[in-house]
Amino acid sequence: MSTTYLVTGVAPLGGEQVDLLLQDGVIAQVAPAGTLTAPDDVTDVVTIDAAGLVALPGLVDLHTHLREPGREDAETIASGTRAAAVGGFTAVHAMANTTPVADTAGVVEQVWRLGRDAGWVDVHPVGAVSVGLAGEQLAELGAMADSAAQVRVFSDDGKCVHDPILMRRALEYVKAFDGVVAQHAQEPRLTEGAQMNEGVVSAEIGLAGWPAVAEEAIIARDVLLAEHVGSRLHVCHLSTAGSVEIVRWAKGRGIDVTAEVTPHHLILTDELARDYDPTFKVNPPLRTAADVEAVRAGLADGTIDIVATDHAPHTREDKDCEWAAAAFGMTGLETALSVVQQTMVDTGRMSWADVARVMSSAPARIGRVDVGPQAQGRPIAEGEPANLVLVDPAATRVVDGAQQATASGNTPFRGRELPGRVVATFLRGRATVLDGATVETAAEVTA
Amino acid sequence: MNAGAAVPKKSPTSPAPSDATETVVLGEADVARALTRIAHEILERNKGAQDVVLLGIPTRGVPLALRLADRLAHVEPGLDVESLVGELDVTMYRDDLHKHPTRAIGTTTLPASGIDGKVVVLVDDVLYSGRTIRAALDAINDLGRPRAVQLATLVDRGHRELPIRPDYVGKNLPTSASERVRVRLAEVDSADGAPVTDAVTISQSASGATTEAAR
Amino acid sequence: MKHLLSTADLAREDAITILDTAAQMAATQSREIKKLPTLRGRTVVNLFYEDSTRTRISFETAAKRLSADVINFSAKGSSVSKGESLKDTALTLAAMGADAVVCRHQASGAPHLLAHAGWLDSAVVNAGDGMHQHPTQALLDAFTMRRHLGGDRTDGRVGPDDALVRGADLAGLRVAIVGDVLHSRVARSNVHLLHTLGAHVTLVAPPTLLPVGVGTWPCDVSYHLDETLRDVAPDVVMMLRVQRERMSGSGTGGGAFFPNPLEYTRKYGLDARRLALLPPHSIVMHPGPMNRGLEISAEAADSPRAVIVEQVANGVAIRMAVLYLLLAGDDSTERAPIS
Repeated sequence: MSTTYLVTGVAPLGGEQVDLLLQDGVIAQVAPAGTLTAPDDVTDVVTIDAAGLVALPGLVDLHTHLREPGREDAETIASGTRAAAVGGFTAVHAMANTTPVADTAGVVEQVWRLGRDAGWVDVHPVGAVSVGLAGEQLAELGAMADSAAQVRVFSDDGKCVHDPILMRRALEYVKAFDGVVAQHAQEPRLTEGAQMNEGVVSAEIGLAGWPAVAEEAIIARDVLLAEHVGSRLHVCHLSTAGSVEIVRWAKGRGIDVTAEVTPHHLILTDELARDYDPTFKVNPPLRTAADVEAVRAGLADGTIDIVATDHAPHTREDKDCEWAAAAFGMTGLETALSVVQQTMVDTGRMSWADVARVMSSAPARIGRVDVGPQAQGRPIAEGEPANLVLVDPAATRVVDGAQQATASGNTPFRGRELPGRVVATFLRGRATVLDGATVETAAEVTA
Repeated sequence: MNAGAAVPKKSPTSPAPSDATETVVLGEADVARALTRIAHEILERNKGAQDVVLLGIPTRGVPLALRLADRLAHVEPGLDVESLVGELDVTMYRDDLHKHPTRAIGTTTLPASGIDGKVVVLVDDVLYSGRTIRAALDAINDLGRPRAVQLATLVDRGHRELPIRPDYVGKNLPTSASERVRVRLAEVDSADGAPVTDAVTISQSASGATTEAAR
Repeated sequence: MKHLLSTADLAREDAITILDTAAQMAATQSREIKKLPTLRGRTVVNLFYEDSTRTRISFETAAKRLSADVINFSAKGSSVSKGESLKDTALTLAAMGADAVVCRHQASGAPHLLAHAGWLDSAVVNAGDGMHQHPTQALLDAFTMRRHLGGDRTDGRVGPDDALVRGADLAGLRVAIVGDVLHSRVARSNVHLLHTLGAHVTLVAPPTLLPVGVGTWPCDVSYHLDETLRDVAPDVVMMLRVQRERMSGSGTGGGAFFPNPLEYTRKYGLDARRLALLPPHSIVMHPGPMNRGLEISAEAADSPRAVIVEQVANGVAIRMAVLYLLLAGDDSTERAPIS
């Protein structure tokens, strides 16, 4: 018998206050604030006074690195999904660049099963496009799609599917099962040895540059390929003003392309490289202030469909070294919503309904996890699965990497004050986070 | 025993001192007399100035050495002041570098004929712990091999920390360690438009005894 | 000054203090006994991740002339891919009581990390990091320029003159830096330092060997050497070394940066003809080691205008000055006179 939750006075999508009754995994009732009481026939009821809180559908991350199997010293599926719950997520897409690579049905099913066992969020494995991410031969996309994991998103993330004929074949092949190729757009020849954005800062501090054109050229090619073969394309973590322009143009032409931006590209710039702190080394690299403004504008006007974290945990030894020797990547699951609030909501560029769209419903739809009994990214309405996050937008907190649920400390926001706090997260009616703390029995309850 | 004002007197000429208790122990005329006497003593001790080289220790030892050279040349007209005087910076030989903010390194210049076989007279303004002179002896050691090294100082204020004694003294000035002795010379202490007359003053050190310990 | 990591950190007064101190150091180096007791008891570690015999010997000589104990720690190959981490090496050096660490590293920013990561307390001197900075090279270049061309020379004085240039900057001096600016830490260090000292710098290179973003640097940029020699009439021409591998593109993350050595020499090499275009007082510099016949011809390298050998000697004086200013003062944060 699961707990029933009565959430009172909460504002769904920041709108009118309502009372919500979460029962048997669904949103059983939605009623005007102050009108709902706990049903008499249920004994295990917890009432949450949610006055001042905003309710959003559980967040869906289309781009998470959980590192398991292979780098359990940086993150495990259990630790990464727990961090996701703390950040308000109810589903994550686990990227394929594990060891071994998630390029077979066996590996994706293992990831899917470990995610289910952990019980913090739904884990949807992303399948590799090419065998071993080598960019030479298509992986068994069909087998992964047909597996228990039901893979719909395919990506060589970390590597670019740079061979145009391989990209074309992948785009065509996934049409058979309504899949999508999520491209890490990085022209490899233009970025050999690249360490950071190529520009004024790289010139001065002497780090090899990662030019914007290396991203934009691939995106331009890919949208044209997607148009030609009539498939859908998802652009991972676009980071430049030029990329936004190309996607805007492609959408104007009716090309079936979606695009994501990371929280860090919404707020951080390449100026942070000046102290050679590898915490700020990430791929694609932090760009200029003009690029930050362009991706914010693109997100606000819908050119960019979603925010995805590209949560990339790394061990201390992989970051406590020379910049050139350090690994690319930064964590983001536990700070994503706050960064979006600070950059988009608090600035008046987006509403909470927009946040629900870019962090929940749109990524769920792109990943094709928005229907069925495990549906994510659904409206907050009676009969819908009770995947919810309650946010206190008035709270602020100072980020402390050591206090986070992720197993790695490479947050770029260490010491920074961010707005907003996730008070509670519900996965199909079960609280994974309450009062900002994880509900540690999550795994047992699921089992 | 030596010349010089026995009783400190308030100086009517020196610029308003920052410290109200600063008293003048040697005035302009006293300094001049002391230097003249030292010049004569150098000539007498060394039976002339043929082999004498005066090495001034920056900052104020340098003009004092020049003034002494002028006096020597005045008494012995054959002497060439240029070939008589040098400048010996001892910064890089000090034993207390790590106790103070980094010191600027001064210039070292020797007369063209060098110091080998010469009688080197070190010239400094105030003799205190003796550590500067110890450093100077080391510096001389690296520069050549003089026949003898002698020491001339305008003021000897005591408190020696090393077995060093001066050969020529302008004035012996008994002090306590907490007092501060300042030498002002027209050549180095005159700020733009504010000429300074020579003076040796004594005052209570604001920061206690440590200020002068390095001299 | 606690560390010397980049010339961009040096204020004009700091730079002049270093140059003046170096002049005093240089004066001691013409003596029979060159060794000074100044840094007795201090330990200087030369931590070299890149082979650079010249720079290491220069620093070693400087430290030994000041009586410091010198430990040479050369990490062969790349620490980036294998072996002990920079952090563990730093902790080891700290445990050994290094007062200064002179660091040469192929990774830009490695000395910065040593200075600021909290692994050790030592003063850190950047002896060349990746494509970032090589501050002592720029300082010795500025020192060499100042000796020959600095100070008030309205009376027509020519040649090196240490007394004349004491306290002087390089105001009005025109300097052309020619060659592979993109990969050059020497060029970066020089642009900042020479600008700070009042000189006017023109970078001359094929567009492929200039970094994107060079437009924000405090200097002019030209693609044409002949034009620059004619229009700017530089007082100083500094030729940069062209790495052989830049021609093939191997190990540089891209294609070759110019078609072939012959074309490079034709367009950017300093030869006898171009030497003749220079004003009579101008000098020719090269940080070494030279590729004779590529960026500089034998006539230019051996001409009386070339001060390339003197640069090496001045390198010792500059490094003595830097070690003195970093290590001789007390341990408080105010290592005056450099802020």
